Amino acid sequence: MLPHVKIASALNAATAAGRVAMVPFMTAGYPERDGFIDTLREVARNGDVVEIGVPFTDPLADGVTIQRSSHAALANGVSLRWILDKLTATARIDTPLVLMSYLNPLIAYGFDALARHATEAGVCGFIVPDLPYEESGEFRRALATENLGMIQLVTPATPEARLKNLCEASQGFIYAVTVAGITGGSQDLPVDLTDYLDRVKSCATIPVCAGFGVRSAEQVAEIGAHADGVIVGSALVEQLEQGKDPSIFLRQLLGK
Amino acid sequence: MRVHLTKAEQKKLLKQLIAGDLPDARGRYGPFGGRYAPETLVPALERMEQGVHESLSDELFVSELDRELKQWVGRPTPLTFAGRLSRRWGADVFLKREDLAHTGAHKINNALGQALLARRLGAQRVIAETGAGQHGVATAAACARVGTPCTVYMGAVDIERQAPNVDRMYQLGATVVPVQSGDRTLRAAIDEAFRDWVSDPDASYYLLGSVVGPHPYPYLVQRLQSVIGTEARAQMLAMTDALPDAAFACVGGGSNAIGLFHPLLADESIELIGIEAGGRGDGLGHNAATLATGKPGVLHGSYSMLLYDDDGQIQETHSVSAGLDYPGVGPEHALLQAIGRVRYVSATDTEALEAVRECCAAEGILPALESAHALVGARNWARENPGKRILIGLSGRGDKDQPTLSQQIADTDDTVEQPRSATIP
Repeated sequence: MLPHVKIASALNAATAAGRVAMVPFMTAGYPERDGFIDTLREVARNGDVVEIGVPFTDPLADGVTIQRSSHAALANGVSLRWILDKLTATARIDTPLVLMSYLNPLIAYGFDALARHATEAGVCGFIVPDLPYEESGEFRRALATENLGMIQLVTPATPEARLKNLCEASQGFIYAVTVAGITGGSQDLPVDLTDYLDRVKSCATIPVCAGFGVRSAEQVAEIGAHADGVIVGSALVEQLEQGKDPSIFLRQLLGK
Repeated sequence: MRVHLTKAEQKKLLKQLIAGDLPDARGRYGPFGGRYAPETLVPALERMEQGVHESLSDELFVSELDRELKQWVGRPTPLTFAGRLSRRWGADVFLKREDLAHTGAHKINNALGQALLARRLGAQRVIAETGAGQHGVATAAACARVGTPCTVYMGAVDIERQAPNVDRMYQLGATVVPVQSGDRTLRAAIDEAFRDWVSDPDASYYLLGSVVGPHPYPYLVQRLQSVIGTEARAQMLAMTDALPDAAFACVGGGSNAIGLFHPLLADESIELIGIEAGGRGDGLGHNAATLATGKPGVLHGSYSMLLYDDDGQIQETHSVSAGLDYPGVGPEHALLQAIGRVRYVSATDTEALEAVRECCAAEGILPALESAHALVGARNWARENPGKRILIGLSGRGDKDQPTLSQQIADTDDTVEQPRSATIP
């Protein structure tokens, strides 16, 4: 199965099983660098797709939690190269993995080498929060040589015509940002969320996963009624940094 | 992303830049520039781009801006013949006095223009970042003038070393938010300003202070700052009947340098030299000489020269001058370097501090530490090219630097400073 199809297919399997798909996010090498693979396996057991955060010095779309985890991971010596080396060296994880990275670490790595090494590491796709579709041609071409997915973000501020184009361009899933804002917000989900998710869903031919500020089982259920999956980032990172069991938290979110 | 340009491409790009054809429709200056912003901001940037084009070609908007520049900012700023510096350096030295603009630096040209734009676009509040505090003060003043509330993000390190400007911002009614994240200087302040804007892209206007950021900022700020070079060119002709042989400006993000250089690009006889912060000297983390030692990369919305390590992580920088202490630079500067139209050199902290003293003693003008870098570059060039006519962009006044200058006087024997931070906090 092509890597980007693997992502969509894992999410579709959850839908077929009558449940909302879970996409947990964790910053690589946080809170402990040495625990990266063990934590990843634990998180992957409770996720349909796992999003691995590549730390960056200037995460300008992220709130305080992911800023903190990024800076700590960098201080621990985590880099994109280290992440790919670790993933390549470990026994294959069945849950599809996607990397979330700001653009500059990808530029520094080199797009072509990155596509090859990411494939060897079992990565299926990329989310790049500071790379709008219009600027993504060169990166997409590199990913396409390995059939890796470029996951596109859409937001409540995205106009209708643009939304259609982004949904069409996205591979693996469509990342529906729930709020105008940064990750990890603690406010309630916006009241017009369901209309927005329905709008995204109506443009989509691949699964739609919604995230930003998701913290409770109620929110997961609300989102699950209008989207295929839910992305949980800051709330999970906070559990991990408190040394709590990610499995218990993720199962609670799914109402288990 | 290819940045090597053939001779023919270089020539063509210079021609396009002079003709006003750059940035192109995608916000590109040749290989540089673009719009690398979070998806939430893309529609806001598109609206802003349209607003920029409409405003700058609207006679009413332009005439209001001109009137405000004259009545409120005090433009045109003078061109001063620096007689004693001229004798010392063996050149005819002219200073373009942005230090005499309202609020004490060139920053007001941009802040005023964008505050008027923000009002026109219906913004309910303005967000800004500041390094040295000059852009923050200018934004606070301009927002007070147009009647829009503003919030200024400023790194905790900069709040300490530019304390007088923090007080001025409060007096002018701004909310100042200390930034404790990241490197706690200008770069972290920009990160925070973007985070604020992402959270409220419709009602807030981000008033960015330099020729950096996603399209259309580099273009908009160039247009608003070009008043510096346009005036200086006319003043040189009026005073000397000739153009300068060379023009100098300091470069952090690069707004005052673009303002001075852009209107002089077509005058092939004028050598243009930008001076970056050489800090404590060579080596990553010891300076902010982005064009001299950086690589192409993406930070804060545009593809330009940037200081980063092998893993793509943005490098800490150092400069005694907060306004130059930034790891990136505007995409137009990256292009001007790539096509060879502007040469970029650097001046160290020590040289800049000496230049402050020399300018005070010789001309009775206290320049900003940023502007002092331009004086260093000009003096060095004059030594190698005797008898020439020199134009220097004196971008701001040094009153804000009192804490740093007093400190320097106190430790004149101790020029070795402690590194602020070698790792990410």
